Amino acid sequence: MKTANLSVNRNGIRIEGLRKRYGAGDTAVDALKNVNMTVAPGEVVGLIGPSGSGKSTLLKCLGAIIEPSAGRMTLGQDVIYDEGWKTTDLRALRRDRIGFVFQAPYLIPFLDVTDNVALLPMLAGVPNAEARQRARELLAALDVGHRARAQPSQLSGGEQQRVAIARALANQPPVILADEPTAPLDSERALAVIRILNQMAQQYQTAIIVVTHDEKIIPTFKRIYHIRDGQTFEEAGEGREL
Amino acid sequence: MISLAGRDILHSWSKFVLTGFGLGLLIGVTLSMAGIYRGMVDDAHVLLNNSGADLWVVQKDTQGPYAESSSLRDDTYRTVRGMEGVARAANVTYFTMQVRQGDTDVRAMVVGFEPGQPGEPGFLVAGRHITRNHYEAVADVKTGFQIGDTLRIRRHDYTVVGLTRRMVSSGGDPMVFIPLKDAQEAQFLKDNDAIVNDRARTAANPALNRPGVPGLLEAVQASQASNHNVNAVLVQLREGADPEAVAEPIRRWKHLQVFTRAQMEDILVAKLIATSAKQIGMFLVILSIVSAAIVAFIIYTMTLGKLREIAVLKLIGTRNRTIAGMILQQALGLGAIGFIVGKTAATLWAPVFPKYVLLQTQDAVTGFIIVMVICALASTLAIRVALKVDPAEAIG
Repeated sequence: MKTANLSVNRNGIRIEGLRKRYGAGDTAVDALKNVNMTVAPGEVVGLIGPSGSGKSTLLKCLGAIIEPSAGRMTLGQDVIYDEGWKTTDLRALRRDRIGFVFQAPYLIPFLDVTDNVALLPMLAGVPNAEARQRARELLAALDVGHRARAQPSQLSGGEQQRVAIARALANQPPVILADEPTAPLDSERALAVIRILNQMAQQYQTAIIVVTHDEKIIPTFKRIYHIRDGQTFEEAGEGREL
Repeated sequence: MISLAGRDILHSWSKFVLTGFGLGLLIGVTLSMAGIYRGMVDDAHVLLNNSGADLWVVQKDTQGPYAESSSLRDDTYRTVRGMEGVARAANVTYFTMQVRQGDTDVRAMVVGFEPGQPGEPGFLVAGRHITRNHYEAVADVKTGFQIGDTLRIRRHDYTVVGLTRRMVSSGGDPMVFIPLKDAQEAQFLKDNDAIVNDRARTAANPALNRPGVPGLLEAVQASQASNHNVNAVLVQLREGADPEAVAEPIRRWKHLQVFTRAQMEDILVAKLIATSAKQIGMFLVILSIVSAAIVAFIIYTMTLGKLREIAVLKLIGTRNRTIAGMILQQALGLGAIGFIVGKTAATLWAPVFPKYVLLQTQDAVTGFIIVMVICALASTLAIRVALKVDPAEAIG
């Protein structure tokens, strides 16, 4: 696998005592009660839990989409939440510091593969040529460099997901949140995606949290966080070789 | 930063072009309606220009000869010609009728004029001017007549000896020019049965058929069958003469109505076609509303189809301004495509219209600005929907 010429993130994500309450008074619901989580740079951890356990809420809190009710989150070297957001520009926080990989790739259908990846750096103000160069390097690193000029609709499911991973890495975020990234893929392709995530995490020292139900990939994690009734429990994973 | 709107348009160009084509046809109709109004105004100006007159002398208390009927004795021009500042004055008649040619007929304004005097067609595109006193005609090319064709006006046949162009009435009907005497006769010509009936009635009237007055009955009958009236006197002024200064003595001392060029323009443009102009204005308003509704609906529908992509864009940090700009640019792009199609269509089909359609560059520029404004306003609905999209929808 080739290496993209990106700067390396040296810090992961740390969550302490995170809480999220919906509503107030008698109708209040505590979706997250006491979430503690640490993901080191270069580490890929699994986040597993049944429906209604609080996975989506946690993901939205980590993704700065909804505001937690209490707790503390540290991203890289910066405290981003401590009983309140420490930045007013959550949009820029999501753009520059957090990468997202979704269940479906959700590539922008009217942009070619390169521009789908280059869009994030462009949004961050990186000149077009430099953003495209960065995108091409990432695509090459993910073995989809030969599809750089293709439209998303011309790619296979696995290729689309690799482009989505490249997009998540484009702004060199310290953390990537992957929401069921292997759900639509068969076993072989699902394992390939996890292999790529692990390689990227190592290569770019990115902390990656993979929310999944996929039994095929759960044994590949070295560390797993179970979430149940809004609380997380850590356990060691099998860390099966890929 | 790349243009998201431009990429989206390029990606689904066929959808945009087809939608723009439909919108363009509507815009083409709108531009044509404006062109029809401009054509009516231009017809009025052409009518005034082609008459070659500086003043129009008509019956008192009328707004003739175009907006109302007017009748003057045909010797009025002599007294007008003698007024200070008048260079030339000539009788003229106008009446609109179905001019027949074989089994077909053409609606035309028949103009009676005196050769070499005001009222004569200014130029010919083929043939020659009328040289005989009777039964020759010069026709506008829009009548479809050719040189040598025989026309029937009332009871007489006329030979087309010349063709002219852009000689139309204020209503857009092409003109047929014939000698004044023929036109005077044709304007009030009764049918043979009516003439026989009138003669019998006159002969039966003892006051008009006195045994002791020979020739009285014949004189009365002759006056009943002839016409010595015209519709107007066209006046050309001497160089440097003030139209109003010439008109005022004619009004005061000859008891006639006189219109200057500016006053006649006002009658033709502000009064004669006022109702048509309002009608066209209403059409333009309705077409604008329909266009806006179509653009709004299309952009709204297209935006609804992209909600997931918009959620992803918002999640990865795209500014609301960028998303709103994308939708606005798409709406403007659609409007631009529509306008190009509409302008092209209007230009292509304008000559086919039976009435003159005048497409002015100024109207096109104004139309383009209005289309852009309408598209911008129409996109606001879609922009509101897009800005309400929650980035969390990308996660589910």
